[in-house]
Amino acid sequence: MIPELGHFALVLALLLALAQALLGLGGAARSHAGWMQAGRMAVAGQFLFVLLAFLALAQAFVASDFSVAYVAGNSNSQLPLFYRISAVWGGHEGSLLLWALCLAGWSLAVAIFSGSLEETFRSRVLGVLGLVSIGFLLFMLTTSNPFERLMPAAADGRDLNPLLQDVALALHPPLLYLGYVGFAVAFAFACAALLAGRLDAAWAKWTRPWTLAAWLCLTLGITLGSWWAYYELGWGGWWFWDPVENASLMPWLAGTALIHSLAVTEKRGLFLSWTLLLAVTAFSLSLLGTFLVRSGVLVSVHAFATDPARGLFILGFLTTVIGGALTLYAWRAPRMKSAAGFELTSRESFLLFNNALLVVALALILLGTLYPLFLDALELGKISVGPPYFEVVFLVPMLPLLLLVGIGMHAGWKRGQLATAGRRLLWLAAVALAAAIVLVAAIWGGIRPLATLGLALGLWVMASALLVPLDRLRARARLPAALVGMSLAHFGLGLTTFGITGVESFRIERDIALAPGESAELAGYEFRLVGLRSGVRGPNYVATEAEVAVSSAGRPVATLRPQKRVYHSGGNPMTEAGIDAGVARDLFAALGEDLGGNRWSLRLQYKPLIRGIWLGALLMALGGAIAAFDRRYRRAATVAPR
Amino acid sequence: MTPRRKRMFAVAAILAGVGAAALLARLAFEENLLFFFSPTQILAGEAPADRKFRVGGLVSPGSLQRAPGSLEVRFVVTDNQHSIPVRYAGLLPDLFSEGKGVVAHGRLDGQGGFIAEEVLAKHDENYMPPEVAESLKARDQPGGAG
Repeated sequence: MIPELGHFALVLALLLALAQALLGLGGAARSHAGWMQAGRMAVAGQFLFVLLAFLALAQAFVASDFSVAYVAGNSNSQLPLFYRISAVWGGHEGSLLLWALCLAGWSLAVAIFSGSLEETFRSRVLGVLGLVSIGFLLFMLTTSNPFERLMPAAADGRDLNPLLQDVALALHPPLLYLGYVGFAVAFAFACAALLAGRLDAAWAKWTRPWTLAAWLCLTLGITLGSWWAYYELGWGGWWFWDPVENASLMPWLAGTALIHSLAVTEKRGLFLSWTLLLAVTAFSLSLLGTFLVRSGVLVSVHAFATDPARGLFILGFLTTVIGGALTLYAWRAPRMKSAAGFELTSRESFLLFNNALLVVALALILLGTLYPLFLDALELGKISVGPPYFEVVFLVPMLPLLLLVGIGMHAGWKRGQLATAGRRLLWLAAVALAAAIVLVAAIWGGIRPLATLGLALGLWVMASALLVPLDRLRARARLPAALVGMSLAHFGLGLTTFGITGVESFRIERDIALAPGESAELAGYEFRLVGLRSGVRGPNYVATEAEVAVSSAGRPVATLRPQKRVYHSGGNPMTEAGIDAGVARDLFAALGEDLGGNRWSLRLQYKPLIRGIWLGALLMALGGAIAAFDRRYRRAATVAPR
Repeated sequence: MTPRRKRMFAVAAILAGVGAAALLARLAFEENLLFFFSPTQILAGEAPADRKFRVGGLVSPGSLQRAPGSLEVRFVVTDNQHSIPVRYAGLLPDLFSEGKGVVAHGRLDGQGGFIAEEVLAKHDENYMPPEVAESLKARDQPGGAG
């Protein structure tokens, strides 16, 4: 009964989304206060019913109702409660429901927390969000109903993919979707501005906190995904340039460009049409990511062609959204001219370079991700684009970007006065470079140009970022939250760069066969296989566990306990790595298989500085959060729109 | 600068940037495209002798051999029509098993075998890597019963 109620709630939500779109856009067009108010009520109603549907599905999971096909496919009676709840979004249908819930949540937040917005403008924003919502709810109801019944009911569920039974991965999709869908808000703001036919600094001020919030959710989501891949996939990689990962990185790059370009639009009223285009792009890429991951096109272009309902719907939706927005853009954007000028060393220039480099990286990643699909669709052969391609096309724009970030933070608006800051920055750069050379030589020995450059750039960005608030404090000037956030996020960027360079340049990996009592040496550490225990019981699996004692110069450092798990629901064994995490390095052991002759295969790894990658990303997100709560966004109420 | 010269400058900068990006993409592309071949294609001489590529198919049941206590493994990859022996030293992925799909990245050894540097089983338990499924299908269809 409850699943049927959930289904019914989704239908009602669709109707309310329809009302939200019509009343919102119609009310704004006719300046009809009653319609606009009703449109806002529809937003609340839509959220309520999507939430009810979500709770109904969660209830089916908690109660292990295997008469619901989606529950039977993604849960199991032995699954612990926490994972039964996270299994709600463990598959296709539930992911979409979560998407819709995030969208309804963002819409409601806009309806509640934007009292400062002009009434017609807010109404248009909510109307556009309603249109997006219609698309998703319709998609769910016509092709991917999570409440479909299974006749007869399954005796037990097929289980949640064991790889997904993990805390980080339980939280990864909600954050990722909050980010993806959050760009829908920026998109709706852009469409509303285009519909109104005018755009000014106040618009950027309204849009910025929402974009920052979406961006920080996406940052956290990607970070969690990368961390999970590192310890759960069993092989110690933190980024694979897999199309699924690229699908989340591309909107992130567009969103990063957008928050920077919004800064220029807010402060100087420049880059107006470019900012609008980026807002449309960021959301389009979010939809493209959803399409790539959810349509099955990555599994096979031809599998997509043989079961086209889902893929075609998303493709049609994608075309409608992108096409519609670009048409609107082509029609209205030429009106939005900005006349102000700026000089080459001004902050505007640096932000322009930032945008150009981010977009180049984005375009080349998009090319590498889609090219194999096109070739395959045209029957021109099967290729895949290897990680080295992505490494090159990402690294080349990022090197100048990192160099410029350190300078750009200190450049003034309109006309840069770099001469005063210039000498100090030069010193800072020299010190960063010297420190990197010493670090490489002292710790790892030898001269490694690319590694030195990467570490130097990381140190340079971190130091330069710290200089911003320090200067303010020394001058006893006010330190606004936006500035603290900016500084912190850039410090995080430097730290991530530092970490990536460290681990990619100096990691050591070794596959080895060991019998109990034997040991292997790696990066000055001795890894000794103490022994193996079989029959280690978890809530829904049995594991074989190895004990690996790590020592350095005779002193014990850590004990790693990698496992090989077999889940009760069947399937292949799963590797669970044993990791000793540290600020300077991770030690990593994964258990392979019984090789016979009393020996087991093990993969041992030494991963210097890898924690910096995720710690830096967390700081970026934290910086975004601090900036989003800057007081001037809340004071926007007093800025009367024209 | 006059507005006109400024505009020309901007256009030139954009063209130079796009040009540099295109060049970069081309260079990176040439080096790093990974081609995929089935055992049948390899035996027909379609695969390059001096370049790395990917081979995919099913792990032939009963073909997995390992010297006790050693990381060296040998197995045969088949597309149900032709097969090729593969050598690999290292850990096999969790999803690797006889009769299941596999993709190996490496090069030919010049004696009719394949030396893998990396063995991938990036599919889940229920489906095969897409290239494998299709190359199997392509073999099965023409003759009817493959």
